[in-house]
Amino acid sequence: MVAQLTKSERQVALVILLALTIVGLIFAGAGKDDPIGVHGFLIMACAIAAIFAVISASAEPEPSPERLDTYYDDPSKIGIVLAMAWAAVGMLVGFWVALLLAFPDLTFDAGWASFGRLRPVHTSGVIFGFGGNALIATSFYVMQRTSRARLPDQLSPLFVLFGYNLFCLLAATGYLMGITQSKEYAEPEWYADIWLVIVWVTYLVLYLRTLARRQEPHIYVANWYYLAFVLVVAMLHIVNNLAVPVGLGSAKSYSLFSGVQDAMTQWWYGHNAVAFFLTAGFLGMMYYYLPKRAGRPLFSYRMSIISFWGITFLYMWAGSHHLHYTALPQWVQTLGMTFSVMLLVPSWSAAANALLTLNGAWHKVRDDATLRFMMVAAVFYGLTTFEGSFLAIRPVNALSHYTDWTVGHVHAGALGWVAMITFGAIYASVPWLWKRDAMYSARLVEVHFWFAVTGTIIYVISMWNSGIIQGLMWRTYTPEGTLAYSFVDSLIEMHPYYIARAIGGLFFLIGTLVGCYNIWMTVRGEALPAATEPAGDIPAPAIAARQPAE
Amino acid sequence: MAVEERDGHSGYLTTGHEWNGIKELNTPVPRLVYLTLAVTALFAVGYWILMPAFPLGSTFTKGLLGADDRTAVTAAVKQAQTDRARWTDLIAAKSYDDIQGDPRLMAQVRATGAVLFGDNCAACHQRDARGGNGFPNLTTQSWLWGGTPEAIAETIRVGVNAAHPNTRVSQMPAFGRDGVLKRDEMENVVAYVMSLSAPPAGKVSADRIAAGKAVFTANCAACHGPEGRGNLELGAPNLTDSHWIYGSDATALYAGVWGGLQNQMPSWEGRLSALDRKILVLYILDRRGP
Repeated sequence: MVAQLTKSERQVALVILLALTIVGLIFAGAGKDDPIGVHGFLIMACAIAAIFAVISASAEPEPSPERLDTYYDDPSKIGIVLAMAWAAVGMLVGFWVALLLAFPDLTFDAGWASFGRLRPVHTSGVIFGFGGNALIATSFYVMQRTSRARLPDQLSPLFVLFGYNLFCLLAATGYLMGITQSKEYAEPEWYADIWLVIVWVTYLVLYLRTLARRQEPHIYVANWYYLAFVLVVAMLHIVNNLAVPVGLGSAKSYSLFSGVQDAMTQWWYGHNAVAFFLTAGFLGMMYYYLPKRAGRPLFSYRMSIISFWGITFLYMWAGSHHLHYTALPQWVQTLGMTFSVMLLVPSWSAAANALLTLNGAWHKVRDDATLRFMMVAAVFYGLTTFEGSFLAIRPVNALSHYTDWTVGHVHAGALGWVAMITFGAIYASVPWLWKRDAMYSARLVEVHFWFAVTGTIIYVISMWNSGIIQGLMWRTYTPEGTLAYSFVDSLIEMHPYYIARAIGGLFFLIGTLVGCYNIWMTVRGEALPAATEPAGDIPAPAIAARQPAE
Repeated sequence: MAVEERDGHSGYLTTGHEWNGIKELNTPVPRLVYLTLAVTALFAVGYWILMPAFPLGSTFTKGLLGADDRTAVTAAVKQAQTDRARWTDLIAAKSYDDIQGDPRLMAQVRATGAVLFGDNCAACHQRDARGGNGFPNLTTQSWLWGGTPEAIAETIRVGVNAAHPNTRVSQMPAFGRDGVLKRDEMENVVAYVMSLSAPPAGKVSADRIAAGKAVFTANCAACHGPEGRGNLELGAPNLTDSHWIYGSDATALYAGVWGGLQNQMPSWEGRLSALDRKILVLYILDRRGP
């Protein structure tokens, strides 16, 4: 990996890592009585380990100029491995917190094992660890090939990938120590947030630099979505995390927003994180891997334009539907609801575009579990976006809000759409990246598929049931005008569904572990003897020549 | 160099572009997409005209229907209170005895009280009001601060060792930790206290119980009374009955004597209305067994 870096890139890497070591040292010293001190040591340890890796490869010769005739896929390979590792961890913790809800005594009286600390480890682990790494890995792969341009350098993709994983590590370990700014999906504190800004802006610049070098006259749809994902997430992250830290030696910070403004900013962020992290990014994935795997042209270029601009424009308004019937002014709720309803059309257009692309390739869907992962993902995308628009309607929301229905909705999207399209993309990418004939075992892909589908269905149906029961119990009045049930009564009714949910999660986790094994065995297997990139699947020669000699 | 091709399966032309082997068809957007876009947009525009929708400086467009959440909720709450007044007025006005003698009112108390108790009291006293380790059982005749309706109402109102200015206050000293009693003295007094409610087990000698009684008279009787029957004024439990909050075995009793005990119950005056508290008193009295 380091041997692929040019000598000057190795020097820049050392400078960055030394600077990071110093930052870690400052936090470790200033925060010796605060959890941030632990993070200072963690940052230092990571940076020093990386310094050793760079130094131990310093004797390696300059990489051959022939590398410029092929795409730079090391970051994609590492990203996929990291994504699967985070998937295993994040889903295991998800199973654990599902058990905690059914059996609350499982915390064994330890602070770190309480639900409030473990739950963000699960959500950040799967969304940012698994989803984020998969997005970074596939975006590097897709942007190079659809632009016919190699990544502009070797160092910045690795910086983005490892820097991003350092952020995920700070987030997850911080939660266990009780570090949180109490904003859902934006829990990490100020220093981790600043670090992510640096990483993310590098990512954006890298994407733009690659696109600027493209040898295709047009920019493929997948790149529109990936770019929207990178650009908007930067904006959301920066605005929602504006805060004043207590000091260099403290993990704590105070948000710039308060009261209902804070709530609105948070859900503007939260819903657009769903829109641009969990939707736009993965739509980019879908628009490349699905037609590629199916061997079919995309159903309609024109429809992809309508979907893209519909999704990017309408989503921005929809966040206030998370705050129906709250202190948020009613007119803001109206806008959130109506834009959510209109959002259904571009969302379904994207799902339909994907499914109609499969016309002429349905026999492949039947035979190939990888393509079937992507097909089912498109179906769940359609189902979830319909459910989302439906739940955003105020009277519906009055029943569903604060119940498990929301949890079921999120998991229909997260398991059914995000994870399934990712597994499809990863199963397609791994043989291409590691130059293998196919996955180690097609049967195990099939096994994973059925575990994943079964787990998702058990999960979602149990949460639909418990959510609707909860919502109804909370609002049922006796003829005398008294609430019919106490909160504890509704909690007791939830117990069987919570057990069912944990079983659904366990199914999904088992499928993921099967996938990890299958990928591991594929990577360990034998590479194909000759380079087998299809003709035209190399960077355009003009680009290779233009690469600075360094 | 866009070269359109005709796709054999669908019959549509491609756009002529290709990326890494991926082509796009130039399929027109299905009319259904435009239709649903128009329908949802019309719905949105109609909703904006009828309901509060857009900001105008310091105010906002009110909508033709004049709908307003705050007004609607205020009216609904008022209406609900009026509907409930049919029976809540009677509960507020009548005495405890009169209500307990009225089966129809008691049916309301049971339905309403169960939810009030479940939402406010069950976290400590459990849903069945039988309590648990550290939390008194409310279904017995054994009361720390008195079992009359008025006494229960007062306990709920001010709490025990709570933040309320008139809170009931009760604390048993830590005889062991603070060095007031020696280990054998505490063991003797535990043996004596156990003998008050149950016949002494075979191996406990009469000498020991007598020694314990002396310790009790000197240290415990001030609160628990000379015969250990407790004191409702001080919240000191009766030690001669069969009800124990922290357990009835020697280990539990020794732990209490060594480290002292201080119960806490929040004051509910600021959280529940006088009516709700009265319903809770009636509900608890109703749950109380012989």
